[in-house]
Amino acid sequence: MAFDSKDTAAFKGVWVFCEQREGQIMSTSYQLLSEGRKLANDLGVELCGVVLGSGVKEEYIKALGGYGADRVYNCDHPLLKDYTTDAYTKVICDLVEDKKPEIFLIGATNIGRDLGPRCAARLHTGLTADCTHLDVDVAKYKEFLKTTSTIDVDNTVFEENTNLKMTRPAFGGHLMATIICPRFRPQMSTVRPGVMQTQEFDQAHADKTVIEQVDVKLEAGDINVEIVEIVKAAKQMVDLIGADVVVSVGRGISKDPEKGIALAQELANALGGVLGSSRACVDAGWITADHQVGQTGKTVHPRIYVALGISGAIQHKAGMQDSECIIAVNKNADAPIFEVASYGIVGDLYKVTPMLTEAIKAAMAAK
Amino acid sequence: MKLIVCVKQVPDTSGVVAVKEDGTMDRAAMDTITNHDDLAAVEAALQIKDATGCKVVVISMGPPPAEGMLRELLARGADEAVLVSAREFGGSDTYATSQILAAAIKKVGVEDDDVILCGRQAIDGDTAQVGPQIAEKLHVPQISYAADIKVEGKSVTVKRLLEDGYMTLKVQTPCLITCVKELNNPRYMSVGGIMECYQKPLEVYNYETLKDDPLIDVDTIGLKGSPTNVYKSFSPPVKGAGMMMEGADKATVEQLVSILNDKHII
Repeated sequence: MAFDSKDTAAFKGVWVFCEQREGQIMSTSYQLLSEGRKLANDLGVELCGVVLGSGVKEEYIKALGGYGADRVYNCDHPLLKDYTTDAYTKVICDLVEDKKPEIFLIGATNIGRDLGPRCAARLHTGLTADCTHLDVDVAKYKEFLKTTSTIDVDNTVFEENTNLKMTRPAFGGHLMATIICPRFRPQMSTVRPGVMQTQEFDQAHADKTVIEQVDVKLEAGDINVEIVEIVKAAKQMVDLIGADVVVSVGRGISKDPEKGIALAQELANALGGVLGSSRACVDAGWITADHQVGQTGKTVHPRIYVALGISGAIQHKAGMQDSECIIAVNKNADAPIFEVASYGIVGDLYKVTPMLTEAIKAAMAAK
Repeated sequence: MKLIVCVKQVPDTSGVVAVKEDGTMDRAAMDTITNHDDLAAVEAALQIKDATGCKVVVISMGPPPAEGMLRELLARGADEAVLVSAREFGGSDTYATSQILAAAIKKVGVEDDDVILCGRQAIDGDTAQVGPQIAEKLHVPQISYAADIKVEGKSVTVKRLLEDGYMTLKVQTPCLITCVKELNNPRYMSVGGIMECYQKPLEVYNYETLKDDPLIDVDTIGLKGSPTNVYKSFSPPVKGAGMMMEGADKATVEQLVSILNDKHII
């Protein structure tokens, strides 16, 4: 039977695109599987991982079950070794048309955001970009709104349905929008890396996971873009997303950026954390973009977030306001960063930061 | 060879952001700018024009005031402009928008050695979806996140950014490339350009102009033809104010560290 994305009743199951690079599964895939597991449980359906690659180790594919996958479709083909839009889109659309999942989640990486729209356009369905929260159950969605919105949830009417409710920031984080795709399937979403929590690895579940080898139909002629080379950044990238403690600098270091960064790094070292920054410092060329926290940078939720000389533009807050404990140091008492800070100090970061580092070192040494 | 560049006029979200009582953005109360990534795409096109003498066509979908932005782009050096504007196109999501823009680009005409350039994403929606979706509708290859573009005849070499490095990709025209703003520094309008911009052609494509294209169908354009709909929109709450410490001296810092210690935060 021909594929019809409007025949919503024909679609069943939750899928996660499990992105690999150089044969390694990206951590975003585990986050999405963990989130997909919850959605699949609420719907009472199967959760499937989809791997495209060439010679990805069987143990890596098996391990996807430990993060919630009931089944993994393994699409193995020499032409799928490295990502190309054409090859990946063809193989995924062929598989979707054959198996018909109702939900399809893709990590909002530079690759996922290239692949997702091309697939959605070919399948004739909706795609919601860079989501930060997902629900199918209306009651759970209402609970989510109670803590994250200004909506009077108990006195608002919500249409009852099991459509995927895809919530994402819009207008640079000034507004949140929950999007649905009621008339077409699959309901597709790219999900922001670092936002969904990875569940604990479950070996018993991994042992039960079914691995299905997909018969990939692909020829060199299907691919119109040639990969000349893939270059990895030489220096070690900062792992902001996985960090327990992040110490970030902002425009407040403009007087002496080098010293400001050095002081922040010392504080980060004392706390066992990593160095972050606002966009201003990246744009000014004081620090590399892999340090950037915020709407156009990374979203972090560490245990401790220290903001040094960061005013707290909404774009920055969007990337860090869910941190457990936020400590802000800023000369300006009216800086918006203090609106989200757990503890605020109005003062000169060049004076406060070294004192804070010393006090923390002393407290740690006393333990 | 010609270059077709898609641009969008967006509210300036870095300035004052106005939200209406119903939780939607009050676009009328905000300044508008040309989307940053799109300006990089225009500049990339103008640099290729400088080198090859090819034609640059800028195209935008939006309400009639977007004409002002298109005139500015003509003043920067683009040769022709197309404004895609109709009530029927309003409320389109990215899928529907790509249907309409693809139809408009077909109307402009895509020849064998043409390149379509878009910004990676617009700062109002931040979706990065329209470029790839136009490419699919036009059945041309795409390269997104371009940080460097080299054109040699019908061969285009692009440096495509990854989170942890980059890929160098090669593609034949016709193709679509989405640009990041790090690609270049957009030029300013020249005095001569401003003088000339009102003499350059600016065409308006409305529903009548495009309606015979199979991409333009009531089921695939506008609010009704959009696969995605807004279920709810809302403002994030202001987080409860925390504790402001007194002073900024050694005693203050020690008091803070002692609180952190007592609460087992450190």
